Amino acid sequence: MKKFINDPADVVAQSLRGLAAAHPELRVEVEEGYIVRAGAPQPGKVALVSGGGSGHEPLHGGFVGPGMLDAACPGEVFTSPVPDQILAATKAADGGAGVVHIVKNYTGDVMNFQLAGELAGEEGISVETVLVDDDVAVEDSTWTAGRRGTGATLLVEKITGARAEEGGKLGEVAALGREVNAASGSFAYALTAVTTPAAGRPGFDLPADEIEAGVGIHGEPGRRREKWRPAKELVRSALDAILTAKSFSGPVIVLVNGLGATPLIELYLIYGEVAAHLEERGVTIARQLVGNYVTSLDMAGMSVTLCQATDEMIRLWDAPVRTPGLRWGA
Amino acid sequence: MGRAGAYPRIALGCLSMDAALARDWMRAAAEAIAAGADGLTRLDSAIGDGDHGVNLHRGFTAVVAALEKSPPETVSEVLVKSGATLMSRVGGASGPLYGSALRAAGKALPATPEVQPADLVTALRAGLAAVRKLGGAAAGDKTLIDAYGPAVDAFEEAVAGGADLAGAAGAAARAAQAGAEATVPLQARKGRASYLGERSIGHQDPGAASTSLIFGALAEVA
Repeated sequence: MKKFINDPADVVAQSLRGLAAAHPELRVEVEEGYIVRAGAPQPGKVALVSGGGSGHEPLHGGFVGPGMLDAACPGEVFTSPVPDQILAATKAADGGAGVVHIVKNYTGDVMNFQLAGELAGEEGISVETVLVDDDVAVEDSTWTAGRRGTGATLLVEKITGARAEEGGKLGEVAALGREVNAASGSFAYALTAVTTPAAGRPGFDLPADEIEAGVGIHGEPGRRREKWRPAKELVRSALDAILTAKSFSGPVIVLVNGLGATPLIELYLIYGEVAAHLEERGVTIARQLVGNYVTSLDMAGMSVTLCQATDEMIRLWDAPVRTPGLRWGA
Repeated sequence: MGRAGAYPRIALGCLSMDAALARDWMRAAAEAIAAGADGLTRLDSAIGDGDHGVNLHRGFTAVVAALEKSPPETVSEVLVKSGATLMSRVGGASGPLYGSALRAAGKALPATPEVQPADLVTALRAGLAAVRKLGGAAAGDKTLIDAYGPAVDAFEEAVAGGADLAGAAGAAARAAQAGAEATVPLQARKGRASYLGERSIGHQDPGAASTSLIFGALAEVA
């Protein structure tokens, strides 16, 4: 294993210290394990708290700031945070108007946020949970843990973040988050496996001419293994999977997301294919975002997310945001 | 006949469990997890993300430290403290699952210095119920329940048949191991391995494997 680390056991803490040094506008509690806006809590504002395993940066800590999250709690690499740190983040962010937990649908994240939500409730904090499960590669939710939360998490955090910033109430912000999630679908391909610092070797072997289709963001193998094909064909398959699972008629927000080790030159090439294919199918693109936002350590791969956006969602998408990972209009 | 001391505890293995034995169990579990961490990681790399061994090792190391710092005086408190520590330190799904299992087991025990095998049957059942409630998994879903369930059944059956703690723990450990091995041909329906669909078949469930190590540790100290 060759990585820019010191000791696998210290990666998360040392990375958080670096984040703190680079972003004085954030308060990073390394020991307690959360990141919060320096000025938190903001009285009277609904607070948004998200979290999950580390290794998906800039998600979630890089999305803390005006217009997006109030706090984030990073767990160990690919391991959900524990209830104590979620509770600490929730208390640090709560401005008295309630807290929305944005949770990606993974067994561990759901359990730990549920336990933390109960503890927060016992301390008198109103918590609403928005579960993100946009990954259409998981087809059969009866016999699995259900669809995974992936790229749409960014859309949920951005759009609800803007609504909370302009004074949205707890129930309303949470309902909007669920609406964005329901309107979104994602599909991902991987060209390589992931090497976690703890494991020290790739999670699976992938021959040079093969790819994994329908991967998540934790380095696990995908739904199936396929022969490599040109980007145009992979994009077509990914969009077919999304458009089969969810019907899109109106304008969409598109996220072309790198999984960590895919260069931007390829991501823009992919976006070009997405735009051409959607035009062919008569789907209008209202807004688009291309880059590495919801990553999976050093996985070479990409995901495409489509969200059928209402005018209100587009207005909130355009609202100012100022975070380490996403910044416009502010 | 019937006087105190008629049934000597020595040389028969343990008849009952006291707090010292419960602490030994947790220490032995920590050692077994440490020794088996690489194996658990290999299992988890095949159908998960390869960190089960590391995460449990971190958790059980913290459990041993917490029990040594202020040793609880009842079995109940040992298990509750161990469960709370796992829940605070492990994360992922295994933290809440093992944490709530041990906490529920501890809470189901009487607050006496010693507990009997029949008490432990109740406690282990309470732990299993907590895992089922939190994770929503059933037998055959390729989870730790596939080792835990058979282990509790075997423990209970042994106790009903007159076995002492050592005998019941041995039976539970064997059943847990067999249950873990029997997860190999199953298709995962819960947890991260379920995303693989049919590709999860042919691999042992890492959670069932770690449960087998924990029951093995009980058999070792009992």
